[in-house]
Amino acid sequence: MTSSSGSPIMRAPSHAKKGEIIEVRSLIRSPESTGFQKNKQGRIIPAHFIQTVTVTFNGKPVSHFDLGTAISKDPYLAFRMKAEKSGSLKMVWKDNKGGRWSATAHITVT
Amino acid sequence: MASNMTSRRTFLQTVLVSGTAVVTGAAFGGIGQAFAGDVQGWPKEPFSQHALAAAMTDCIGTTKVPVTSKITLRAPTIAQNGGSVPITVSVDHPMTPDDYIQTVYLFVDHNPDPLAAEFHFTPANGQAYVESRIKMKKTDHVRVIAQTNKGVLMASKPKVVKVTIGGCGG
Repeated sequence: MTSSSGSPIMRAPSHAKKGEIIEVRSLIRSPESTGFQKNKQGRIIPAHFIQTVTVTFNGKPVSHFDLGTAISKDPYLAFRMKAEKSGSLKMVWKDNKGGRWSATAHITVT
Repeated sequence: MASNMTSRRTFLQTVLVSGTAVVTGAAFGGIGQAFAGDVQGWPKEPFSQHALAAAMTDCIGTTKVPVTSKITLRAPTIAQNGGSVPITVSVDHPMTPDDYIQTVYLFVDHNPDPLAAEFHFTPANGQAYVESRIKMKKTDHVRVIAQTNKGVLMASKPKVVKVTIGGCGG
């Protein structure tokens, strides 16, 4: 929710052959603080991290990632998907402070 | 196995929902955070375990999983920065509606919370494959357990990553 989070990026090929397995890469800004560390004043820095990432294609579920605090700052995620038909790929990120971001890309399958 | 998972999740969601309700009520009083923001359905229980065996038991109900060469776990032998250790996991297994890798669990044995992530897949993925970057407190084992939609479990060989500078701010 703070300005240090967000700006999601998703990269997927714009064209693919039917049946081809394509790779999708993504990045989002998030402090990924664990809740274990203290600031210079000795106060605990509250946990602030992405908890779920959901991937859908044309609205149908593809992948769902549940993430803990061990994911590095500004989480990077890449995964693969089988190109069956043209459509819209969507990723939704949610963090433990009510933050929600999404990114979409259109893939043309021939 | 699968029914265990379901009941745990159902339980968890119930807890989360009621937790949210409590917080909503308390928010008017200007207090209350507790479960405030946990995303609904996020499995808080295994992510909050501080020991590998407990986290594993929460996830899959056992700590004894046969090791297979079907899982490829790639991580650097030496990571200069424990704050960002690149990890790649792929599982050589069919991804058909009848038989597919449903979940890949990623653990770091001695991190404060050993469960790093649960990656859930469907046949639409075509391949159970994921790349990310994780934090490691110190030189440690990284390990992966994969579970099929039928509940079959398989483990990667644990991979040692030598961490020069820990990734937990220490």
